[in-house]
Amino acid sequence: MTKRRQRLLAVAALVVGVGVAAALGFTAFRKNMMYFYTPSDLVAGGVPEGASLQLGGLVVQGSLVRAEGLKIEFKVADCEKNVPVRYEGVLPDLFREGQGVVADGHLGPDKVFVATRILAKHDENYMPPQVAESLKGNPESGKHSCMPFKAVAAS
Amino acid sequence: MIPELGHFALILALGIALLQTVAPLIGYARRDAKLLAFAGSAAQGQFFCIAVAYVCLTISFVDTDFSVAYVAANAHTDLPLIYRVSAVWGAHEGSLLLWMFMLSGWTFAVSVFNRRLPADLSALVIAILGVISTGLLLFMLLTSNPFERLFPVPLQGRDLNPLLQDFGLAIHPPTLYMGYVGFSVAFAFAVAALITGKLDAAWARWTRPWTTTAWMFLTLGITLGSWWAYNELGWGGWWFWDPVENASFMPWLAGTALIHSLAVTEKRGLLKSWTALLAILTFSLSLLGTFLVRSGVLVSVHAFASDPARGLFILIFMAIVTGSALLLYAWRAPKLVSIGELNLFSREGLLLFNNVFLVVAAAAILVGTLYPLVLDALNLGKISVGPPYFNAVFLPMIAPLFVLVGLGAVVPWKKGKVGETWQRLKLPALAAVAIAIVLPLALHGRATLLAVTGALLGAWTIIAASQDVWRRIRAKRQFITGLTSVPRAVWGMTLAHAGLGVWALGVAFVISYGFEKDVRLAPNASTEIGDFTFGFVGAQEAKGPNFVAQQGEVTIEHGDHSVATLYPQKRFYPSQRNVMTESAVEASLLRDLYVSLGERFDDGSWSLRIYVKPMIRLIWLGGVLMFLGGCLAASDRRYRLAMAADRKAVLDGAQPA
Repeated sequence: MTKRRQRLLAVAALVVGVGVAAALGFTAFRKNMMYFYTPSDLVAGGVPEGASLQLGGLVVQGSLVRAEGLKIEFKVADCEKNVPVRYEGVLPDLFREGQGVVADGHLGPDKVFVATRILAKHDENYMPPQVAESLKGNPESGKHSCMPFKAVAAS
Repeated sequence: MIPELGHFALILALGIALLQTVAPLIGYARRDAKLLAFAGSAAQGQFFCIAVAYVCLTISFVDTDFSVAYVAANAHTDLPLIYRVSAVWGAHEGSLLLWMFMLSGWTFAVSVFNRRLPADLSALVIAILGVISTGLLLFMLLTSNPFERLFPVPLQGRDLNPLLQDFGLAIHPPTLYMGYVGFSVAFAFAVAALITGKLDAAWARWTRPWTTTAWMFLTLGITLGSWWAYNELGWGGWWFWDPVENASFMPWLAGTALIHSLAVTEKRGLLKSWTALLAILTFSLSLLGTFLVRSGVLVSVHAFASDPARGLFILIFMAIVTGSALLLYAWRAPKLVSIGELNLFSREGLLLFNNVFLVVAAAAILVGTLYPLVLDALNLGKISVGPPYFNAVFLPMIAPLFVLVGLGAVVPWKKGKVGETWQRLKLPALAAVAIAIVLPLALHGRATLLAVTGALLGAWTIIAASQDVWRRIRAKRQFITGLTSVPRAVWGMTLAHAGLGVWALGVAFVISYGFEKDVRLAPNASTEIGDFTFGFVGAQEAKGPNFVAQQGEVTIEHGDHSVATLYPQKRFYPSQRNVMTESAVEASLLRDLYVSLGERFDDGSWSLRIYVKPMIRLIWLGGVLMFLGGCLAASDRRYRLAMAADRKAVLDGAQPA
């Protein structure tokens, strides 16, 4: 009888333990999940202000403006639309105008994306897959050159 | 000529690997001793071929033979010799060759050191390892041949990715792979036991040193990777929950669980089928790690150029290996009956809890790592799961483990007594509480919840783990005889557990008392962080063998006296047109001062990242202690003596029949 009760207790403990773990995991997951958006998605609206998300695209040529300290503003664009981004901090080594970036952050009330972290990869081979994919639809060789886009962005 | 020789050796190895798989299996079915014995020679022949291929690729790198496409893509005539040798595993094709080299090395080791195993078990293990090598060799030859020629031959190579030009990184992948691949031996043992239906204490004793050896390499590999990321990426962090880090951490967690469940299987004959399942899962997670890293599905510093064909191949390979092993498990595992009762308040009961926590932690990380990939594959949107998720699920799962480590050191096998346990743990618990309160206040003048918890768990683990050794020494009359009478396995376990405690201390203190600051400083300006004054003198040009750098000079003062002068660099590698940050660190056991250069502004000022990281060294020290613990445990003479005894028993048993 005691053996049986002990086993029951063990099973109950396991169920409770796994339940707590699942609940913890689930809430943590929901709170920390970030969706990936392209600038077109953000411009189209429907993204709640303040929700944390990832924005990926190319840094528009000539859009980089530095303020005092380490404050910086630039525009991130895909082949159609662009979104202003604000960031304060040290930029990654591979950050360049005209190159791909992924920024974590949220959309501010003034429709400016406030970035908390910026990732950049400059080589086409090292381009974040999300960016590469959002730039697809370019008939030339699939090399993500996106030349037509750069023309749009610069204008 | 040399590349062709290497290529040929690979093809030959594939043929041998096929034989190595098929012959022993037929031998096992027909009970043919000759075919069984063939397994060992095949394993040795395969190892020789792969070694030849590996040396050929290395020679091509040393000679900078740019007619080999892989060399042209990853070397440069200005690249220093040591990095030309380590460039062999600097990208996809070569790292696969390294993987293969390790796998055949492990198989070779099995064929040499397992002469004492029963012939059928040893042959089956080698055959199963042969299946894995066949798959990988096919993968290499069909999708990623490192010896492919390039025509026309370029005059200059594209150079090694500058991120990889660091000593830490030169040795990080080999150690990591030794671990990943090493779990294939535990996997093969488990599958062989499922085939023969014999999974007993002797089986567990044969499997343990192999598993521990693989585990200790993985531990060292992860530790090195963390240290490298800290030094080389310029972010000052030691763990990022990057998917590729997770990919190496999941097999580590599962492997740690496996080591502990193997102990239960050996000592008590319990948890047999669970142990077999864990062995299968651990290696599957290692394969998953390889898939995640090599397929390019991940955004990460580790991701190489992606090629869907490769990803698909590894995915199918993984599905076949894991799928068939699990099928076999489902079919045969019910035969593996455990003898005896499992009492929860006993060492085996505590080890079971340890397994539950470790496996659930691994599962939580698996979900966080794979969920975004699954969503993406199903076109349901692109998401990423940030570090806060992993911290939120991992820390509560891992904290109870520390309590268990202390308990496990005093609770005996079979059945523990609450009163006796309390008697033995009273003092360690008191000491841990005292240290938890005093240490944060003494070192930093203020206590945070995290620091106190970390110090409590860390001190508890170290003290409680050490007392087993202490009691064993006290049991002998003389200290020296006591010291030498403690078996290596016990030293190893104690050291590894103490390493865990040291790690916890480091983590808690770094997070609680670290300072991180991004600043913009003009030459000769300074900033105060923590108790330190960081003065930026300026930046000048400096030259390296294959790069040019801007070298900053930062003086650090504490109160009135100067602590250090650091020279962080911003390097430019012309051959790849790449920029790299080389941070500068003033390291000591109690605190690191870390400076890295950001970028230069038009007015001559620079952006700098400045970090003060208390006790961050303890994190890696913890990893190294675990590694050393593994070394000691795996080399315990008990395994060698037991092997001889088992062999003798097998021979004696075979004689009369």
